Amino acid sequence: MKIPPMVSAPLHFVPIPLIERVTRIVFSKVLSEHPDLFARLGTYREKRFAFRPTDLPVAFVVDPSRPSLSVLRKSDDAKADCTVEAKIVHLLSLLEGRCDADALFFAREITVTGDMEAMLALRNALDDSLIDLPTELGKLAGPFASLVSKAAAGVRGRVLPQEQHRWN
Amino acid sequence: MELICPAGTPAAFREAVDAGADAVYCGFNDETNARNFPGLNFSREELRNSIAYARQKGVQTLVALNTFMRAGSEALWYQRAADAVALGVDALIVADFGLMAHVAETYPEQRLHASVQASASNVEAIRFLVTAFGVKRVVLPRTLTIPDIARIARKIDCEIEVFVFGGLCVMAEGRCSLSSYATGKSPNMNGVCSPATHVRYRQDGGELVSELGDYTINRFPPGEAAGYPTLCKGRFEVGDSHGYAFEDPVSLDIMDHIDALREAGVSALKVEGRQRGKAYVAEVVSTLRRSLTAQGAERQALLSKLRHLSEGQKTTSGAYEKRWR
Repeated sequence: MKIPPMVSAPLHFVPIPLIERVTRIVFSKVLSEHPDLFARLGTYREKRFAFRPTDLPVAFVVDPSRPSLSVLRKSDDAKADCTVEAKIVHLLSLLEGRCDADALFFAREITVTGDMEAMLALRNALDDSLIDLPTELGKLAGPFASLVSKAAAGVRGRVLPQEQHRWN
Repeated sequence: MELICPAGTPAAFREAVDAGADAVYCGFNDETNARNFPGLNFSREELRNSIAYARQKGVQTLVALNTFMRAGSEALWYQRAADAVALGVDALIVADFGLMAHVAETYPEQRLHASVQASASNVEAIRFLVTAFGVKRVVLPRTLTIPDIARIARKIDCEIEVFVFGGLCVMAEGRCSLSSYATGKSPNMNGVCSPATHVRYRQDGGELVSELGDYTINRFPPGEAAGYPTLCKGRFEVGDSHGYAFEDPVSLDIMDHIDALREAGVSALKVEGRQRGKAYVAEVVSTLRRSLTAQGAERQALLSKLRHLSEGQKTTSGAYEKRWR
């Protein structure tokens, strides 16, 4: 599923520091819940990974060595060693290991450029990580944890094709 | 027949077990196995935990030590064999005769399988492995027809395992030098076919161009399903023709022939894909498990759902019912 323009267009006008602040909170939570997330990267921990959602006007750069996450406009130079481009739904599915990266590549739903070995290492690290975004988001919501988790899982269930979320 | 399933990470291992595998095969995170990709495979501790998980559910663990030892560096392969035996794996999958001899002499009680990388494709070769090293099962190359397999099965004293689903290697495995030719690295010696270090993708207009080392492997027009950047599935110019000289970008699927394979004497059905994600492993293993007991149209309906996961989004029965070009 592609994010409709009426949802993504407003992001053109949201200040980058604000988007960055929100995504960094989620990024930090994921790292605190999965401290070994980058262990499988080995020497590729020093590489910078860019994620460019094709249906959003922003891009994300992850530097596992610090670890840090930056947000920038698509037109800005990401200065990354490798870049993956796909719809945001597919990028989030890969983050959770809910879909197979090779299958997306065969279907031309994803493009990867730059250091393939580093990107392969990251793909395998994420696939082994057992990240569940609705659970992580719920943990950020304090007393509303259950409500937020259920809402996020509901959204995920609607946007992911049936066969991609059936397995877990 | 047993269903032998792949795992490249502990998460994928658990998915394979939960989805209905009879046995899961995997490797250590080094050059001792033929899927030596970055971020993939198991540490000693991860393998210990995975074996325990499998054992609780009555599932076996097979460990692939299926690259060929480098002269002077045999200690690495010997150490990994010792690790696997100490952890209690149900079988070692080995290609190198020297390593087979070492395992047979040092751990005579350890069950030994001949890897597809051993390229044992005739009665004499298999009998030698059984007699010399006590091999209990041979994984046959994907170059034989089902009648070939039946003829071999009648004349050997060990079990037969064949690939039924996943990546299709069309070469004499363990002896293919195409990847070495282009990159200097091979699945046989380094555990990598078309290593990621040498792979580049770029967009040229609407076309996806895949490159391996100094070679352009393929150009996929807009909308055409893509494949792996391997020379054997590259598009070549031969004389006046332009196309696939060896094989198309396509995956193997002979699950529709499992009755014939059973009659031919096959004991175990192997799924390729240690490099694939846990979502792939879960979906493929659970579907194949159901298709083993399904019949006719129901089985075909189940299997057709897996096509979108396959290389080039196409499947073939390959050499099992080869019609030569």
